[in-house]
Amino acid sequence: MMLSVKNLQAEVDGKPILKGLDLEVGAGEVHAIMGPNGSGKSTLAHVLAGRDGYEVTGGRASMDGTDLLELEPEERAALGLFLAFQYPVELPGVNNTHFLKEAYNAQRRGRGEPEIDSVKFLRLIREKMDMVSMKPELLKRPVNAGFSGGEKKRNEILQMALFEPKLAILDETDSGLDIDALRTVSDGVNALRSPARSIVVVTHYQRLLDYIEPDHVHVLAGGRIVRSGDKTLAKELEQRGYGWLSEQGEAA
Amino acid sequence: MSIVEAAGTDLHQIAASGKWPAAAGKVPIEWLGAIRERGASLASHLPIPDRKLEAWRYTPVGFLTKALYRPVLEGPFDAVQVSDVEELFLEGSDTTRLVFVNGYLATDLCSNIVHEDGVELRSLGGSMGEPSDELRDKLDQIADKRHVFAALNSALMSDGAMVHVSANVAEKRPIELLHISVGLEQPPMCHPRHLIVLESGASVEVIERYCAIGDGAYFNNALVEVSLGAGSELRHVRSQEESPKAQHLSDLHVRLGAESRYALTSVALGSAWSRTDIRVNFAGEGAHADLDGLLLARDQQLNDVHLRVHHDVPNCTSRETFKGILDGKGKLVFDGYIHVAQDAQKTDAVLANDNLMLSRSAEVDTKPQLEIYADDVKCSHGTTVGELDQDMLFYLRSRGIPLARARQMLCQGFAEAVFGRIVGTPLYDRISRLLAARLYETE
Repeated sequence: MMLSVKNLQAEVDGKPILKGLDLEVGAGEVHAIMGPNGSGKSTLAHVLAGRDGYEVTGGRASMDGTDLLELEPEERAALGLFLAFQYPVELPGVNNTHFLKEAYNAQRRGRGEPEIDSVKFLRLIREKMDMVSMKPELLKRPVNAGFSGGEKKRNEILQMALFEPKLAILDETDSGLDIDALRTVSDGVNALRSPARSIVVVTHYQRLLDYIEPDHVHVLAGGRIVRSGDKTLAKELEQRGYGWLSEQGEAA
Repeated sequence: MSIVEAAGTDLHQIAASGKWPAAAGKVPIEWLGAIRERGASLASHLPIPDRKLEAWRYTPVGFLTKALYRPVLEGPFDAVQVSDVEELFLEGSDTTRLVFVNGYLATDLCSNIVHEDGVELRSLGGSMGEPSDELRDKLDQIADKRHVFAALNSALMSDGAMVHVSANVAEKRPIELLHISVGLEQPPMCHPRHLIVLESGASVEVIERYCAIGDGAYFNNALVEVSLGAGSELRHVRSQEESPKAQHLSDLHVRLGAESRYALTSVALGSAWSRTDIRVNFAGEGAHADLDGLLLARDQQLNDVHLRVHHDVPNCTSRETFKGILDGKGKLVFDGYIHVAQDAQKTDAVLANDNLMLSRSAEVDTKPQLEIYADDVKCSHGTTVGELDQDMLFYLRSRGIPLARARQMLCQGFAEAVFGRIVGTPLYDRISRLLAARLYETE
């Protein structure tokens, strides 16, 4: 299994958010995790990426057989885990190209691979930029600083293209995007689909799934997966809303 | 008479001793006599600053009573070879380089000192030829010796650069003043002194650096005077990379003529105790000054900047941006004062001091002040003190960048607003490397 989550429980400030979550994602599969606000979607994404402030109180999460929860965030990245942020962070004064190269080489170091030099890196990044139709001048600016919502999301997908992760978690990647930007970002993601790469799309709305078609859809409510199905489940949710499911979840 | 008392360094006695430095030839420089006497007389009366003086409240000079500093009264130091100091040279730079070792010009270490018409380059010690009257007349005219250290420098100035750029001459090659200190058995006390005079429409870049061989103790008490003629332009980059045991004090006095431009980037990374006094006077209308500083105070380091900007005439603008990074029990003092005189209408000044605390045990004392007597001005000041942003750190780490490196990158990003001004220069690369190394060590 690329990602295996078993009975995962986590809390924030003593308040339980994930209450025994199970999820299995096979290699090359695209899974969508949907759910109402506050159901724990973002918490799941952040716990998997290793953010401070979330206390895991039970359960397990492993990637490709390696226990994720024991690792620092940077070690998870080197292992091939990538989180595309819902709100990509602005880093004033940190040049985007410099950041991307640092990150790229840090991951290589983490895997015991040799670093690549600036010339090779620039060639590589240009190639990836075409893929997500990002304006070249954004490479010269500080990371995400003054970027539009769409540019920030493109910068996330650019990183996904660059790092070529084994497992990418896209946290509300569609939020704040207009239709054109949504299409470009989705095209980028779709171009990165491969039998060796798994993708978990975390989203509130069905809209994104019109562009990134999932193999499996899960509904997260009350800190647990309450229902799983294929992409028709997403359509059903769009028509019926989440109400009927969360009630079911609570009852279960 | 003993110059140094067993209890420590007695500045008053040193000033009153009547012993003046002698450079090459071991002969005191005659034309400096009057200036020295004046300095000595002032120095023997001015109080040794203590915590009761507001301007020295956070910056105790107790080290003077503990260490037996001895003024270096004879130069040059021939013992230092190029191979000893090469690593301090800026890679890939082609500056006019004047090297001073323990306060005295070391001619063997200099480079490119031949100059074209319009640029007069002399040394105070006289080994580069006699300075012209224009230079002699300006010396000690710009500095105001408000504290004993400045007066002491006038009395004991050992050597230094005297630069004169004639009207409308644009000197393309930067002039680098590289100070190299070597700790001696008796910790030396050095008094470098520089004078930079730009006539109307002239332009040049001056790079002033303070470095060390080894990690010995010493006390540098430097003073720099800058006179800018109408419409002239000076780019001034300073970097203080002193030894970790050093005490560094420097006084910078700048006088701006009408329509002149002055851009200062001042980086202070080294020494145990460091204080920089910057005094900028607007003396002609339409002038502009950019004053930027980056200060680092690591564990047990004290770094102080006192800034005095006097807008005495109308229609001048200034931007003051000082950034501090603190770690361990580091201590930073920033005292920024802008004075706008009654006649100085249409003054436009913005003073900012931002501080990044990497540790809860560090201390920053910041005091921005505006004193405005004119009624039609645009002036503001602001101060911030903050910590590294957790969201930013997580973002970097989630991209595979280890925590220590992530912290370092964010510090550099914070500093970028100041030292990004010298991006693309060999000094930028060096400072960048030094800063990274010093921030990395803190892990």
